[in-house]
Amino acid sequence: METIDLRGVSCPTNFVKAKLALEDIETGTVVEFLLDDGEPVKNVPRSLKADGHKLLGLKETDGHYVLTLEKGED
Amino acid sequence: MADVKIDLKNLKAGGFIKERGKDLFTVRLRVPGGRMSVDRLSKIAAVAQKYGKGFVHLSVRQSIELINISFSDFDAVVAELGEEQQKVASCGARIRVPTACGGCEYNPNGLVDTQKSALEVDEKLFGTVTGHHKFKVGFAGCPFDCPKSAINDVGFQGAIWPELTADDCISCGLCVKSCTEDALSMGEDGKPVFAADKCVYCGDCVKVCPTDAWKSVKKGYSVRIGGKWGRRPLVGTLHATFLPEERVVDFIACVLGWYKEKAEGAGRVRLGDIILREGSASLLDHLRRDFADYVLDQTILPQIIDTQLPLQKQ
Repeated sequence: METIDLRGVSCPTNFVKAKLALEDIETGTVVEFLLDDGEPVKNVPRSLKADGHKLLGLKETDGHYVLTLEKGED
Repeated sequence: MADVKIDLKNLKAGGFIKERGKDLFTVRLRVPGGRMSVDRLSKIAAVAQKYGKGFVHLSVRQSIELINISFSDFDAVVAELGEEQQKVASCGARIRVPTACGGCEYNPNGLVDTQKSALEVDEKLFGTVTGHHKFKVGFAGCPFDCPKSAINDVGFQGAIWPELTADDCISCGLCVKSCTEDALSMGEDGKPVFAADKCVYCGDCVKVCPTDAWKSVKKGYSVRIGGKWGRRPLVGTLHATFLPEERVVDFIACVLGWYKEKAEGAGRVRLGDIILREGSASLLDHLRRDFADYVLDQTILPQIIDTQLPLQKQ
């Protein structure tokens, strides 16, 4: 599974980077994003959902969060 | 200047405000909710260019004010603004133009259509004479409350009540992480547990939920009453919750009815100070007659914020 590391990237740059990464990925593919606690983990999942992607899960690992997502239709 | 004729009915609702300079006025424009078509904005720019002195002022209540306008140009200014249906606002002891945030059409935080509410209140209540003092109304779309509902005479703030369908929940934990009020925690069964007393009805859980297990089952406005700013600020307090959007105009009219009656003879006194004098129960009882489903059992008085403290030191 592809992992996109957005740690250390603040809002809204992290969301824009996530969008750019998803542009190169096939619809239906499952990817994971690494997100910092705080604003990023609160904002990025919601924005990706609003963009039509399917959120699959969130787990905390070593002080950051791993968001699993299935890419939606372009 | 003896030949100057002014159509006095243009001045009826106020909105023409005397400036320092001789013959010069500020013309306050009516911009409910701060939304403005680009065509109208162009017309305003053209009128300002023609009759003003190179500047306009953006007021703190979302109006565009034409400044340095000669009173002899009033009729021409009103007529030319009218070509784009731009009207003049008000001043004095009247219901003012309502303010609003962007609402919910494009703002991802917005829970209710504050723009629609602002337009409706503007259409039905703008300029209503209170008999006592100014009367300000504002609409916030969510609990971020950018328009500062609590410093309006009647301030509205959008809210939704969330409900979980546990069978649709995939136990991802996103809602728990999204809740900044600690109203959600993860239960032992892997499903979120809702602490209703901590919820501020922001809807973040509904917005983030990947499977729509969280749904909005109730939507409306939290209503704060009795606020004002100025020399002696008061912070308005919660009087009603989940007031449906379609009842906003009637609700304001109901508050105004109480204010008109209770402030009789008090002079130029704002609603919040009348509540301090009469007590909250009187207003709540009055509102309960028509809005029993939404009015709180009890509330606290408008809160005094003493911004003038240093002047009172001995």
